[in-house]
Amino acid sequence: MDRSSAVIALVRRHGLIVAFLIFIVLVSANSPTFLTVGNFLDVIRQTSITGMIALGVTFVVITGRFDLSVGSMLTLLTVVVVDQHNAVGPGLALLFVLVGGMVLGAVNGLLIGFIGLNALIVTLAMLSFLQGLTLLYSGGANVNIADAQSWFALFGRGTVYNIPVPVLIFLASAAAASFLLRKTIFGRTVYAVGGNEVATRFSGINSRWTIFLAYVLSGLATAGAAIIMGSRVMGAQNTIGQGYELTVLAGVVLGGTSLIGGSGSIWRTVLGIIMLGFIQNGLLLLGYPYYVQWLVTWFVIIAAVWIDLGAKRGRLFA
Amino acid sequence: MTARPQDAPVLEIRGICKTFPGVRALDEVSFNVGKGEVHAIVGENGAGKSTLMKVLAGLHAPDGGKLVYNGQEQSFTSPLDARLKGILLVHQELSLSPELSVAENIYLGAWPTNRVGVLRKKKLHEDARAALQALGSDINPMTRVGELSIARQQMVEIARAQAFNANVVIFDEPTASLADTEKAQLFKTILELKERGRSILYISHKMDEIFAITDRITVLRDGKYQGTETTAETDIDKITRMMIGRDLDAYFHRAKSAPGAEVLRVEKMCSSDFSDVSLSVHAGEVLGLYGLIGAGRSEVAESLFGMRQIRSGTLYWHGEETPFPKPRQAIEMGISLVPESRKEQGLVLGMNGRENTTLPHLSAYAQAGVMVHSREMQTYREYVDLLDIRTSGPDQLVATLSGGNQQKFVLAKWLCGHPKLIILDEPTRGIDIGSKSAIHKFIAGLAEQGLAVIVISSEMPEILGVSHRVAVMSEGKIVAEFTGADQTEENLIAAVSERRNVEAPEEGSAERPPVDARAVMGGQG
Amino acid sequence: MTAMLGASRSSAHLPRVTNWLLRNHIWIFLAIAIALFSFASPFFLTLNNLGNVLTQAAFIGILAIGMTMVMINGEIDLSVGATLALANALAIGLQGVIGVWPAVFCGLLAGAGLGFLNGSIIVLSGMHSFVVTLGALIGIRGLVFVYTGENALMVEDFSYTEYADISWGPLSLTALIFLGLALFFQWILAWTRHGREAYSVGDNINAAFDAGINIKRHKIINFTICGALAAVAGILLSMRLGTAEPNAGKIWELWTIIAVVLGGTRLQGGFGNMWMTIGGVLTLAVLRNGLRLLNTPNYVELMVMGAFLILALLLDRFISLRMAK
Repeated sequence: MDRSSAVIALVRRHGLIVAFLIFIVLVSANSPTFLTVGNFLDVIRQTSITGMIALGVTFVVITGRFDLSVGSMLTLLTVVVVDQHNAVGPGLALLFVLVGGMVLGAVNGLLIGFIGLNALIVTLAMLSFLQGLTLLYSGGANVNIADAQSWFALFGRGTVYNIPVPVLIFLASAAAASFLLRKTIFGRTVYAVGGNEVATRFSGINSRWTIFLAYVLSGLATAGAAIIMGSRVMGAQNTIGQGYELTVLAGVVLGGTSLIGGSGSIWRTVLGIIMLGFIQNGLLLLGYPYYVQWLVTWFVIIAAVWIDLGAKRGRLFA
Repeated sequence: MTARPQDAPVLEIRGICKTFPGVRALDEVSFNVGKGEVHAIVGENGAGKSTLMKVLAGLHAPDGGKLVYNGQEQSFTSPLDARLKGILLVHQELSLSPELSVAENIYLGAWPTNRVGVLRKKKLHEDARAALQALGSDINPMTRVGELSIARQQMVEIARAQAFNANVVIFDEPTASLADTEKAQLFKTILELKERGRSILYISHKMDEIFAITDRITVLRDGKYQGTETTAETDIDKITRMMIGRDLDAYFHRAKSAPGAEVLRVEKMCSSDFSDVSLSVHAGEVLGLYGLIGAGRSEVAESLFGMRQIRSGTLYWHGEETPFPKPRQAIEMGISLVPESRKEQGLVLGMNGRENTTLPHLSAYAQAGVMVHSREMQTYREYVDLLDIRTSGPDQLVATLSGGNQQKFVLAKWLCGHPKLIILDEPTRGIDIGSKSAIHKFIAGLAEQGLAVIVISSEMPEILGVSHRVAVMSEGKIVAEFTGADQTEENLIAAVSERRNVEAPEEGSAERPPVDARAVMGGQG
Repeated sequence: MTAMLGASRSSAHLPRVTNWLLRNHIWIFLAIAIALFSFASPFFLTLNNLGNVLTQAAFIGILAIGMTMVMINGEIDLSVGATLALANALAIGLQGVIGVWPAVFCGLLAGAGLGFLNGSIIVLSGMHSFVVTLGALIGIRGLVFVYTGENALMVEDFSYTEYADISWGPLSLTALIFLGLALFFQWILAWTRHGREAYSVGDNINAAFDAGINIKRHKIINFTICGALAAVAGILLSMRLGTAEPNAGKIWELWTIIAVVLGGTRLQGGFGNMWMTIGGVLTLAVLRNGLRLLNTPNYVELMVMGAFLILALLLDRFISLRMAK
């Protein structure tokens, strides 16, 4: 293979990373603060909430399904963790939220995995239902953590050796999720269900359980994100998680995980989410208005997915 | 019924070739179709019938050769092009939109409209009604197609032939999902078309139908033209010989083992797809399950494996009464099912060979839920060697493998759990001759190692060649069972045709009076 | 196998009632909802209030018309809420520069143009419409924020907002436009080549291709219609409010999908019509209006709607299961 075709092959396989590196070089050349460890950690810290949710949603997407309820779920769980912190203390509040996240995921999983309803509509319905449940729980009021000195602040605000705790939580969770997806029986069945559900059932695998568990994981990951969120804000509003479902999905798609299911990985999701963070951060450092990043995100999503698809298909146009 | 003179052919097929990666699907095929002729195309699965149809209907472009249509050389750029020029394919899977009306479906893509694109429904309905009435059908053209029965939906497709004034109508296995009375109606319609001077190409596996309604029969084998016979002057034996065209024993390998202890027996198994199915299979034995598509063979296999709900029946596993298993339990008991459709049911195409191989037995390759890569690799290597699978490495996705190698991975997947009973549903479908032979040899080897094997196939020579015993299914029932010298093509055909009372028996089928299949067998044996 | 496939394609064996229910269950829901609220509140079944319901329904309703066109093709458009906001902002923001009607026209053009862009990207790239319009949702919303400078824009000439007060009896201009558009597009679906092709493309794309239908052009047209209608809704909103908030229409795309699906149009394509969509939109609006009349808190409304949607899905599932038997 000559050199130019080797380059083409590299771009095809890792086009996203190449484009990302070019972006980083361009921004670094124009902003001295961009390429610093402090700034990098800052970006990852800012993306840790979206990132946590995305870890769970990745499982769901690989089974070939959607979870649009995570934004509302994030709101509800954040409100609950903050409120329960005041009511029963931080320890029990953490437990409640983690269990609560799994229960909410299980409801999705039951309706989608076991009853076989359409995932898009079920999670949309849950989005609405959980918004209502949040208002019912909070009575419409914002909640704040009364005890400002609580150790609960650690999850969102603490640092260990100058590394923000949310970054550590996110990266550790990503490592665990990656292990689960790549190395375990469960992970294997997630890919199998998304790749070919019929063949998976013909292999004696209960695909319903796999789908159910993927949604439970999505709920659990959202609970983790809610803990970081509550801890960082030390309070919660009733709209705090609005729109997260779509940002998360954008990150997952940007990483190259296909919405058809059967392919994708945790590291790709992490990459996609962090890239979104860097685009945001880089554009701000270059002095563009905040919302220009959304325009750029639009362009990047279309370009990345299109090129990915074109490379798999062998030609750019369908 | 007489064959038309060859000097006025509507369609001449001259030396048509078509190659797909790895397969020469059509190799210099030439024949003529006369005006007002019903012309059958027969051949085993994979003989090239479907490819030929697709070439004629504009779905595939041929690599070589010529189509001469109405005396002019033609090449069709698209299905619509072929349709407008007068060649229409009636698909086995109907190409209708259930939400549209009958009339709209008939004229799909060629609706009469005014200048701004508003449908002239009155004209549309009148035209459609005329087309349907010409075929003797009373279907209301304003009905939504989704509200019609399958047979009537098929009539809508056929009405296109009338509507587009098609000179050549191609039927691809049209009776696969029809009941007997519906079949009779279809044959009447086909004769109606013939009366109007249309030419009909009729593809079917069912010899009784072919001898009932066709004028001439063209035989394909392995993509090559074998000859054209006048139906009235030939018989099933001759056509079958042309289809097979080779000495059975040279190609097929029957296991040399003697059947041992009984492994599985089911009695009076019933479901929504079949009834009162009783069969048994012994260690070291190959049981053939023969029947036409839709006879309920796959459903029986899937039920034994637990993929389908059983209404009643008893199952004995190694002589002990056992409840019907779920797939997971079936695998644990030692039942393997190599399903009919490799791509839909057999493999996860986006996974590699290793992952596909171990998929039914994940817990055997894991420690506390964590996959042990070395164990997986060991099995992978073992079966790649054993089955001689050609891959570029353990990471190659099965989607990028050839059909034969994919099928070998399906076998590997179902063998590496060391089953006691293996059910193979159409194991050589869509596979080239070379790989077929290897798979037949392999099946024999499995029985010789003491496995009980059930092979399902609609290819008669295959089933006869590999089985110790053949059970014949028709319309959800087991209608006959043959062993030893009685295991002949004639008997199988008779057993299948037996339950199908085709209207208007013609010369070809008149030779076979409606008697019990076993009586036929006795009379000839 | 073939027999099974066949069975699910034909509903010939179903009793007439089941067949009717399968297509029209939304009207039963609507009737029950209206009956319940009429009993529960004396204010519900008044001409005035019903007019209000229609006006409230109109915005989601107009979005839902375009969504139905796209969904019958088996596609989806998540960007309608953002497109609405952009047209809303352009119609108000450009008034001072180029005059009222040119500004309105610009808003409309932007919506149609973005729809055209979405459709073109989808058919040219072969990407899932969910991904393409998800990107567009984010990007167009960003565009709105950049254009408005993150502030709410106000009309300078308040006579603009008087258009919203035009009414015909209890029917406001907004409601009239909604009903007119719905009827017009039902006519398109039922009577024109394009409309009939929509079903063929959504249900059996191979048959459509065999019949020579230009599938790419067809889909681009429907996405353009969807974008243009989102702009119409945005412009009507600007007349009603006199302001353009950058967050206008946020998550309305989700409500729109809910309304269309509730009506009975299928996400898989090939099935549905504007009557169903009108039914779905009205049911949502009646629920919302009725619950407010009863002074139920906001959260009940959200929860009822979520539960309602899942109920409708379960019902659909139940009927199709019976159909498969």
